[in-house]
Amino acid sequence: MTSTPAPVISVRGRFSRFIPTSRYTSVLATLVLLVIMFGVGASRYRGFASGQVVLNLFVDNAFLIVLAVGMTFVILTGGIDLSVGSVVALSTMIAASLTRDGWNPAAVILIVLVVGSTLGLLTGLVIHYFQIQPFIATLATMFLARGLCYVISLDSISITDPWFTAMAQSRIPLAPGLTISPSVIIAVLVVIIGFVVLHFTRTGRTVYAIGGSGQSAMLMGLPVSRTKVLVYVISGFCSAIAGVLFTFYTLSGYSLTAVGMELDAIAAVVIGGTLLTGGYGFVLGSLLGVLVLGIIQTIISFEGTLSSWWTKIVIGALLLVFIVLQRLLTARRR
Amino acid sequence: MNVIRSLPSRQLFWPVVTLVALFVLNVAVSPSFLAVRVRDGHLFGSLIDILRNGAPIILVALGMTLVIATRGIDLSVGAVVAISGALACTIIADSSDPNGLGTVLAACAVALVFSLVLGAWNGLLVAVFGIQPIIATLILMTAGRGIAMLITEGQIITISSAPYKTIGAGYWFGLPASIIIAAVMFALAALLTRKTALGLLIEAVGINPEASRLAGVRARSIIWTVYVFSALCAAIAGLIISSNVTAADANRAGLWIEMDAILAVVIGGTSLAGGRYSLTGTLIGAFIIQTLTTTVYTIGIAAEITLVFKALVVIAVCLLQSPVVRERMHARRPTITRKVAAS
Repeated sequence: MTSTPAPVISVRGRFSRFIPTSRYTSVLATLVLLVIMFGVGASRYRGFASGQVVLNLFVDNAFLIVLAVGMTFVILTGGIDLSVGSVVALSTMIAASLTRDGWNPAAVILIVLVVGSTLGLLTGLVIHYFQIQPFIATLATMFLARGLCYVISLDSISITDPWFTAMAQSRIPLAPGLTISPSVIIAVLVVIIGFVVLHFTRTGRTVYAIGGSGQSAMLMGLPVSRTKVLVYVISGFCSAIAGVLFTFYTLSGYSLTAVGMELDAIAAVVIGGTLLTGGYGFVLGSLLGVLVLGIIQTIISFEGTLSSWWTKIVIGALLLVFIVLQRLLTARRR
Repeated sequence: MNVIRSLPSRQLFWPVVTLVALFVLNVAVSPSFLAVRVRDGHLFGSLIDILRNGAPIILVALGMTLVIATRGIDLSVGAVVAISGALACTIIADSSDPNGLGTVLAACAVALVFSLVLGAWNGLLVAVFGIQPIIATLILMTAGRGIAMLITEGQIITISSAPYKTIGAGYWFGLPASIIIAAVMFALAALLTRKTALGLLIEAVGINPEASRLAGVRARSIIWTVYVFSALCAAIAGLIISSNVTAADANRAGLWIEMDAILAVVIGGTSLAGGRYSLTGTLIGAFIIQTLTTTVYTIGIAAEITLVFKALVVIAVCLLQSPVVRERMHARRPTITRKVAAS
């Protein structure tokens, strides 16, 4: 990129030293935003600056964190996955209907994960082998998964399985007065695995390479086809995990659940600094993005008088700011 | 002979075949499907229902076609539908004379003018800031429902206003008013783009924005125009939808209509890669979707399961349109270009 050698002293070189042009800029911006928002919340509301409020950001958004990790893989290759919300809904429906029929929870979760990954695999194959735009192919998966929900049941099914209720209600103490749910541990594990895969494996490098330039990646002999399909499998798998976590959160399966959750996931990834054109971005950034979305909701609930629809407007505004920021950064890189 | 052989490669051949097949299926299931009766001076029947309920999709798809022709996409139409319905219903509900023609006209005018602003906003992001259309309109898609809920204060606004109800549920000259509105907009779009150079310019921008700019086409204004037009169409659809149920529901109005509209455009043979577009194709595409929905009703499957069928149709149509399959079907053509495109 534009790494100007040290001896060259031009106005631009001197100037750019003060403007962080490194690839961490957007992530740092998100981190600063998160800290500022937390500061604003802490100064305005009594009881905001407590450890449990921070931990609740993770507890309430565990499923979104997992979704955002999967979405990061897809967006890094320059694709997009609109089906995640529907796959979450389908997962809750499968889990709810199978536990109602008395299935073993382990088998239920296995089936949910297999269904999610298979849907991802099919989407990936269609995108790659038929050269259909990811947007349209995942749109079809979105319809399909949402329709399959209705095929299972038109009504909401509640989950009474003892293991699921235990997972939903148990709290793991971290320190006196500070607890997290088992979902948080799963979500954090997913983030760590995502981080390791993206930064320390060949597959991860290939993902970045495809986003940078698919053509160059292919000319370098990287396994482009396999990786391009793989990211959709990863996203489908993550959506299924998120679906399971969502059942821990709501203890029910419902066809209309998680409508628009794909937008939250995309927003989190974008706010986390991942370029929508692919090639740049970090899983940890997406985690920060989810936390920003979570803190918006927390502030709005602490505010009390503000209604929930302000969340959508604020998220929209933040999306705008970050997309324009991305645009400015990429314009300078060129 | 030649005509018959060249039929399958014509742009509108497959959409028309699909529509006819759906009609045949419907007639097979319920023989009275094609019957149109006259009751109270209005036309009644399944076909009329398809026309009436299809009007919003036709309108939204109409705007979407022109946007897609410029290599763009407008995801915000569903939100615009919700906003325009919310705005019009709130104004009528708050006015002292909900049944007055003046009130209704003013409410509609405010909703439509506001949609022009929303369209201009999308156009600004795409044409001036150069943000990818799918992302730029995603912003309004996310924030738009919030704005609609802000207008209705989170409530479902129900109104009783006879003139307003006419838009979506009334009849003019024996035909549903909504389909007449859709037809007028369709004719307007067809006249403006096919009888003037506008259509040519839109296609030029879609095929190569940079080249068309160098050739002296004002690409920015063209892009701006199509997004404003798309928002206007969506707003009219929003008025029809909210008027049909005499209520504005910020959450559910126009939910997934952007998907239906994109589907209609794609089925109609307009390429998502921009460039060539077909308004007639979009019209047939919209009818296919509406007929599909009606068919699922007639056969007696739960309405929600329509989504599965829509998904299968999207997949089938996309596969048929995909470069790979097209190559196979036109195998006689030289395939040198394919290797370049595939890599």
